[in-house]
Amino acid sequence: MLRNNLRRVRRTAIGGIVLLAACLSFGQAPNTCLDCHSALPEPQGVTQEKFAQDIHAQKGLTCASCHGGDPTSMDMTVAMSKAKGWKGHIDKKQVPALCGSCHSDPNFMKQYNPGLRTDQLSQYHTSMHGKQLAAGNSKVAVCTDCHSVHDIKPPSDQHSTVYPLNVAKTCSKCHADANYMKPFGIATNQYANYTTSVHYDALTKGGDLSAPTCVTCHGNHGATPPGVDKVQNVCATCHVFQAQMYGKSTHFKAFQDKNLPGCVVCHSNHAIHPPTDAMLDTGKQGVCMSCHKPGDKCDVARVNILSSLTKLDQTITSANQILHLAESSGMEVSAALGAQDQARDALTKARVTIHTYQPSLVAAEVQNGMKIANANFKAGQDAMVERNHRRIGLGICLIAIAFALFGLWLLIKKIEA
Amino acid sequence: MLKKIIDWLDERLHLDGLLEPFRHKTVPTHKLSCWYFFGGITLFLFLIQLLTGILLLLYYKPGANEAFESVQYIVTRVQFGWLIRSIHSWSANLMVFTAVAHMFSVLFLKAYRKPRELTWITGMLLLFLVMGFGFSGYLLPWNQLAFFATTVGTQMAGQVPLIGQPILIFLRGGPEVTGATLTRFFGFHVAVLPGLVFVLIAIHLFFVQRQGMSVPPKVEKEWEQNPSLRREMKFFPNFALREMMAWYVAIGALGVLAALFPWDLGVKADPFGAAAAGIKPEWYFLFMYQTLKFIPAHIGFIDGEVLGIMGCGVVALLWMLLPFFDRERAGGKKSWMTGIGIFALVYVIVFTVYGYVAK
Amino acid sequence: MCSENVVNPEPVRRGLIGLFLGGGLLATFASFIYPVLRYFVPPQVADLGVDEVVAAKVGDLKPNASAIFRFGSKPGLLILDADGETYHAVSASCTHLGCTVQYKGDAKEIWCPCHNGVYNMNGANVSGPPPRPLQKFNVHVRGDQIFVSRNTEA
Repeated sequence: MLRNNLRRVRRTAIGGIVLLAACLSFGQAPNTCLDCHSALPEPQGVTQEKFAQDIHAQKGLTCASCHGGDPTSMDMTVAMSKAKGWKGHIDKKQVPALCGSCHSDPNFMKQYNPGLRTDQLSQYHTSMHGKQLAAGNSKVAVCTDCHSVHDIKPPSDQHSTVYPLNVAKTCSKCHADANYMKPFGIATNQYANYTTSVHYDALTKGGDLSAPTCVTCHGNHGATPPGVDKVQNVCATCHVFQAQMYGKSTHFKAFQDKNLPGCVVCHSNHAIHPPTDAMLDTGKQGVCMSCHKPGDKCDVARVNILSSLTKLDQTITSANQILHLAESSGMEVSAALGAQDQARDALTKARVTIHTYQPSLVAAEVQNGMKIANANFKAGQDAMVERNHRRIGLGICLIAIAFALFGLWLLIKKIEA
Repeated sequence: MLKKIIDWLDERLHLDGLLEPFRHKTVPTHKLSCWYFFGGITLFLFLIQLLTGILLLLYYKPGANEAFESVQYIVTRVQFGWLIRSIHSWSANLMVFTAVAHMFSVLFLKAYRKPRELTWITGMLLLFLVMGFGFSGYLLPWNQLAFFATTVGTQMAGQVPLIGQPILIFLRGGPEVTGATLTRFFGFHVAVLPGLVFVLIAIHLFFVQRQGMSVPPKVEKEWEQNPSLRREMKFFPNFALREMMAWYVAIGALGVLAALFPWDLGVKADPFGAAAAGIKPEWYFLFMYQTLKFIPAHIGFIDGEVLGIMGCGVVALLWMLLPFFDRERAGGKKSWMTGIGIFALVYVIVFTVYGYVAK
Repeated sequence: MCSENVVNPEPVRRGLIGLFLGGGLLATFASFIYPVLRYFVPPQVADLGVDEVVAAKVGDLKPNASAIFRFGSKPGLLILDADGETYHAVSASCTHLGCTVQYKGDAKEIWCPCHNGVYNMNGANVSGPPPRPLQKFNVHVRGDQIFVSRNTEA
């Protein structure tokens, strides 16, 4: 009885505050939830500032859109009553279905963003996260784990947790946490490895938003490991030539028979470093000799390919040196320096051709590059010859000037004698 | 044959009368005589600028899309184009140097005093025009360095209160440095400035011719005490031949510089590109640039940069009117002008070097 | 020159002065005038300017085929439509990492082999990494020459 009274008093008091707040914000659609919840601690606390950033709030949705209840009522017992459809805390397992109730409905989504896909939920069901959730494991990610709650921003917003530059960090919240991942028995070094990769550099340092991050290879809503036989298909979305060449090569079948994961065998998966010619060598970075035996047919081909690549690389370097020497002594060699790009392109092409594992094809590309690099080297030599001509011409001219000066001096002496 | 032609001309034009003053013109000979050469060398370098400038005009095309490429064409494709362009660039720099040396020599030898005040003023105006040549010519190859130097330089002009903004628009041909600026600067460089310079050189030389060469007061005093020490040299041929030797040395030096250190072309200007780090003006503007950097952002209510630019203008004006401050002093008191000259010289050298070294 | 040291007057032979002075003046004059005369000779390579280049000749290209040409210091791509009449010209430097793009006749698209970037015939980026469209050039056929030009900036 006493408790009931107390509750009534409290209710009236809160009601009074709410009434006051409602009067102050006269004219706005009343959303009484925030009046209390903005003062509550996490996880129930949601401030007006936070919720205003949410794309859903901006599109006119309110708390009640997900949590039910009646936000217009200033009476807490009415606003948060089962009768008004109030759901309270949404259980993690219910989250995908709740989000999907709108996001999987093309007719509903059309009115907000006709271009938005509506297959996220069905994709989610195919993902490892979705399957585990269905199996009753609530530690896996649901919509809100990646997209955040109450301040969900579109992926194009650079503060969004799923903006290209933020994706890896978002995934790493769980996947780099060894304690959290313990029950799943999978590695937690993917993020650490990824941050050393050429893709991470392209994304963060190069500012190339199209550079791959986690979801580019693993998928986002249908997140799942690519699988051994699918690896080269994933890489091929960008690395077309390499995949085509590899697909026709002897390695393709050999790796498939041995159930080896294609590209990853040599390039690794998360820690993909910029490839170097040293990968063909026998040193620490070398990859070939971990399977091949010294002296066999493939080893001979390897040496052949490596030496021709090295030769082109060296020719380009020496052409560069002489061109820069000529340039620093004032010769205009910008055309040849520009053509050096073509030589480097040819070298890149030759390196790509390695994926055929056929020395003759690599040699053909190297030949192309050698032609350009040699021409550039010759341009550098010509410039140096021209430079020497200039100096000889200058010398002759200076001798003539010295003669004239001496003659003038003699004349002056004579006149003044 | 030659004699006949000269006689024929003389009969009709009385060249004799025209050349008469030169026959009697003499140059005082003393231990400081060598400073008399700098004006002549500056004139010679200007003639070289004129000739190489005309040659460059054969192939140069003003315009944001073509300027850089046409200069590149000159230095790569046109035979000896590199030489002409390098000599033009080097000679420009040497000319600024010799003009400044000439100015300081006149200052220290006190050649600016009565009756030569107007010679000094025309000389100062010529020096400003030479700097204008340097500033406008620097942009013409339309490379990255020139683009930003011009942006900064015209920006400074825009800081002057009231008239600054109109000046900036006038110089740039718009609110930004664009192809329109290039067209303007080209016009200044090849038409406006040469016209002004010709007139001023004529006046300057006329004054020198009328007034004869000044003798430094110290030497003059010695000569007065001991008239037997007085030495003079005929301008023609004695001094002219020496001047010719100096010109030969100058052209030899130009040849060496142009052949061994051809002037760099740089990379084409990209108005949307980021300014390269460490953009600096040409060396002869460095001391001013460095001075402006030293002035704090705000002095009282006045913007520091505005104050600095106004200060530079006032100093330049005072410097031009310098002869009027140097009154004859009784009792052979030492003039403070030499002190100011030394201070200015040291200041310019120190700040130029500092500006060159500073990041 | 600063201190005029008085040299004892020594009879100098006329011939010696004439040799040095005449020879010196002549030689220096020759060495100054020679570069200038050579400078007047127009170079064999006519300067077309970089606002316009001859990309190819009519008939060089088959319908639905392409050719790379040099535009200033950068490559350009000239495409002849399948109708055999319409030409397209775009910059051939991929806006992603600067690889040289190529025309794929079967798909009627411009393709960059480096990271599978695709542009349409107008140079607009369609798929893959390219962040921006390729710069589009103007094409004019005059006589049997195909001129490619770019819009001039202010």
